Amino acid sequence: MTEFTLPFDKIGIKDHARVGGKCASLGEMTQAGVAVPTGFAVTTDAYLAMLDHTGLRREIEAQLASTNLNDVLSLDRSAQAIQIRFRSHKLPAAVEAAIRADYSAMGDDLPVAVRSSATAEDLPDASFAGQQDTYLWVVGADAVIEHVRDCWASLFTARAMKYRADHALGQIDVLMSVAVQKMVNAQTAGVAMTIDPLTGDRTRIVIDASYGLGELVVSGIVTPDNFTVEKVLMEIIDRKISDKHVELVPDVAAATTVEREVDEGRRNRQCLTDAQVIAVAQLAKALERRNKCPQDVEWAFDADLPEGENLVALQSRPETVWSQKPAAPATTGFAMGMMGMVGALNNPVGSKK
Amino acid sequence: MDVTTPMFPSAYDLKAPVGAEGWEDLYPYYLKFQPALREKEDQKFWFCDSQHWPNPFKPFDTMTVEFAVKCLGQYNTRHYLVPPANGVDYRIHNGYVYMSPIGVPAEDIEARIPQFMERAGHYFQNWPTLLENWHKKVKANIDEMESISFEKLPAVVPLEWIKDGVGLDNTTALTENYDRMIQLIYRTWQYHFEFLNLGYAAYLDFFGFMKGQFPTIPDQAIAKMVQGHNSDLFRPDDEIKKLARLAVELGIADALKTGSVDAALAAVGAQENGSKWIAAWEAAKDPWFNYTTGNGFYSTDKYWNEHLEIPLGYLRDYIVRVQAGETIERPMDALHAERDRIASEYEEMMSPEAAEAFQGKLGLARTVYPYVEDHNFYIEHWSMGVFWKKMRSLSKLLHEEGFWPTEDGMFYLDRNEVRDVIFDYGNAWATGGDWAGPTYWPDEIERRKRIIDALATQAPQPALNNPPELITEPFTIMLWGITSESIKNWIGGDEDSDDLVGMAASPGAVEGIARVIRSPDQLDEIQQGEILVAPVTAPSWAPVFGKIQATVTDIGGMMSHAAIVCREYGLPAVTGTGSASSRIKTGDKIRVDGNTGKVTILS
Repeated sequence: MTEFTLPFDKIGIKDHARVGGKCASLGEMTQAGVAVPTGFAVTTDAYLAMLDHTGLRREIEAQLASTNLNDVLSLDRSAQAIQIRFRSHKLPAAVEAAIRADYSAMGDDLPVAVRSSATAEDLPDASFAGQQDTYLWVVGADAVIEHVRDCWASLFTARAMKYRADHALGQIDVLMSVAVQKMVNAQTAGVAMTIDPLTGDRTRIVIDASYGLGELVVSGIVTPDNFTVEKVLMEIIDRKISDKHVELVPDVAAATTVEREVDEGRRNRQCLTDAQVIAVAQLAKALERRNKCPQDVEWAFDADLPEGENLVALQSRPETVWSQKPAAPATTGFAMGMMGMVGALNNPVGSKK
Repeated sequence: MDVTTPMFPSAYDLKAPVGAEGWEDLYPYYLKFQPALREKEDQKFWFCDSQHWPNPFKPFDTMTVEFAVKCLGQYNTRHYLVPPANGVDYRIHNGYVYMSPIGVPAEDIEARIPQFMERAGHYFQNWPTLLENWHKKVKANIDEMESISFEKLPAVVPLEWIKDGVGLDNTTALTENYDRMIQLIYRTWQYHFEFLNLGYAAYLDFFGFMKGQFPTIPDQAIAKMVQGHNSDLFRPDDEIKKLARLAVELGIADALKTGSVDAALAAVGAQENGSKWIAAWEAAKDPWFNYTTGNGFYSTDKYWNEHLEIPLGYLRDYIVRVQAGETIERPMDALHAERDRIASEYEEMMSPEAAEAFQGKLGLARTVYPYVEDHNFYIEHWSMGVFWKKMRSLSKLLHEEGFWPTEDGMFYLDRNEVRDVIFDYGNAWATGGDWAGPTYWPDEIERRKRIIDALATQAPQPALNNPPELITEPFTIMLWGITSESIKNWIGGDEDSDDLVGMAASPGAVEGIARVIRSPDQLDEIQQGEILVAPVTAPSWAPVFGKIQATVTDIGGMMSHAAIVCREYGLPAVTGTGSASSRIKTGDKIRVDGNTGKVTILS
């Protein structure tokens, strides 16, 4: 059955092929009762309708036919041309109607984030889709529709095209879904990894946190506060408080987000309470247990929600660096029985420091 | 640091404080640094055990360190042949005890392994039956000590003894009973270490395995997986809680709230349900009130049995809390579930082979570890309580006969001098002449008392001479928490900083008002919600752990009593800070982080 949109609470991991990784994971979390901002996926069916019911597919194919994918200049020109083609077409009426219906169901001109949700599983989505396909604080159905189209078009940035060429992937076979999600009014936000990204230590949860939306943390524009939480005991065992000079906050009047200098009083202060750090760690740990592998979680504290219910998960995906390494011989040798004890006595742990 | 300057001073350069001159006479020759052995003694690293013996010794009390450390050593050296470790050498200097572990020469370690495996292996394989027998042996000693009493010498030998042709006098029992008491407590101390070193060895094995699997795992997480929760060590406190709850249920709680012990008990007895509660109180006393507010190592320790106002004070606190609707009982099911959760979550992160090893090592550690906690009740509290009670009765007897002006005079004599006094007492009684003691001892005791008081004005050094490059002796690490790392902290203490660093002994972080407690007599000063700061704590302070938010100590490692009790009561603890009790003042606002081992003075 063709469905152009699917609300998160109707999406599971089985829908991956038509809603992409991000939406599938948001759907899974929503169904599991994890606090996730509401939203819906614009499915790959909608994208296919865009390609096939507007003549866009033929235009892209024609453009690609004349592109030398190994020539940077040619690739750039071609990417720009395809972007223009995308913008020259309106969405098929049925797709537009579906988006309008789901968007208005979320509320009256609710600010939302519009993000791409890639379907190609073996492609880490940042490197293939880039960062530009996230649009924050989008207000109004027209703007949402426009940004859905922008997300689709972002499949054809020069960088994405080059990536597919290098990996022998068909240029037009990769499909894209788009997530439309209630915008979080983030007081603080960041990332939590359920593994120490520096050492691969699975007993630790490492949290980066800063003021405002998490994008500045992810993109590295701000040096976040950094917390290490022991995963089993759920205790903060290390913290580094940084100078968080800038925050990304909504500009409600302009319906967009702006970078703003953080005032002196707040910038060097720990941005989360200890209880909030533990709450983030608990959330990340629960997501790891649910997904059965180390997770990379984006989270935020929403200023519009009541205390105690204001922590939301924005994204959870498998950690890729350590998970892809062959099972590391993290275990040192050990002996059983009395020989183990003899070894322990001969080389007691405290003597090794 | 200048390589030629030792990190810590030599004992030979450490002068006694003013007024303590001549302190050497108070202790036997083998306990002191002999001048002729300076070169040899200065080569060794000695650390002060102020965790167990924080105050200068009265001569009689040195017996506790002598018996304890001698018996610890014998099990490593002569019973089980622990491959790398012999016993611990010890000396008394300026009133405090310094320890120096004796390692086994590298070339001899290999040969000890098979013997250790056979000997220690036998204990591990037969732990429950051997432990059951241990309880019988210890109890038999206690019973025998209880049966012993010291009687004043009568004017004449009883007529029956004449008629029965006994042929002995009343000094015989006095001498023999004294010697027997010393023998019994000496045996008790051997039993103390029969299982303890092995308990630590199994723990060390599990500990090392976990650190190998997860190099960053907090020590306290490992302790939590092993720790039992219904240890007999906590039974006295649990009994008081039960009595508080019962008093409220029977409606007699208000009668207990005021007055002396006798008055309160009489008031309860007069109530309708009073006799039921009195019966429960009496039942709890034996054996659970054989419990000291100290650590069992000093003749001055106060035992609940002889100071019923102590448990009554705790009882009154608990009654108030029960009446306020609080739950004072420890959540045993939750504690057990938490222990199992922690173990299973770490296990989930292991390979299947490691998980199998984990099960084996955890199983052994959990089998043997309860002894590490339980023994403390049976030896330090119960056995030592009976021992001190009998010794105090002997001291009182001799005081009444005029040998010394105060009831506790005997403890200023060493244990062999007491034999002399008993002989003096019997000798002049036999000859019909005068005792020498009453003219000799009062002045001598006064002199000794002045010396000990003077010694107490000077704190001990944390250590003497140079530490080895690496501390490798397993029991030093486990029992005393001394590692190359912690020694650095002793020296690195930055007096200007507002932070103190110690061992992260029990997790959690809190801020609150400090209450510095130097002696168990001050325990009733503690107010609800304060943070206890003390040179060292004893497990018997458990009842105040219901009131406090966290604990900070100067001395002690992961397995110190404060650490064990705090983990048991779910309170943050930082131990072994070196100087918290002198740097922090009562009323200071402090932050205690039991996860990182940091204590910050906020204001």
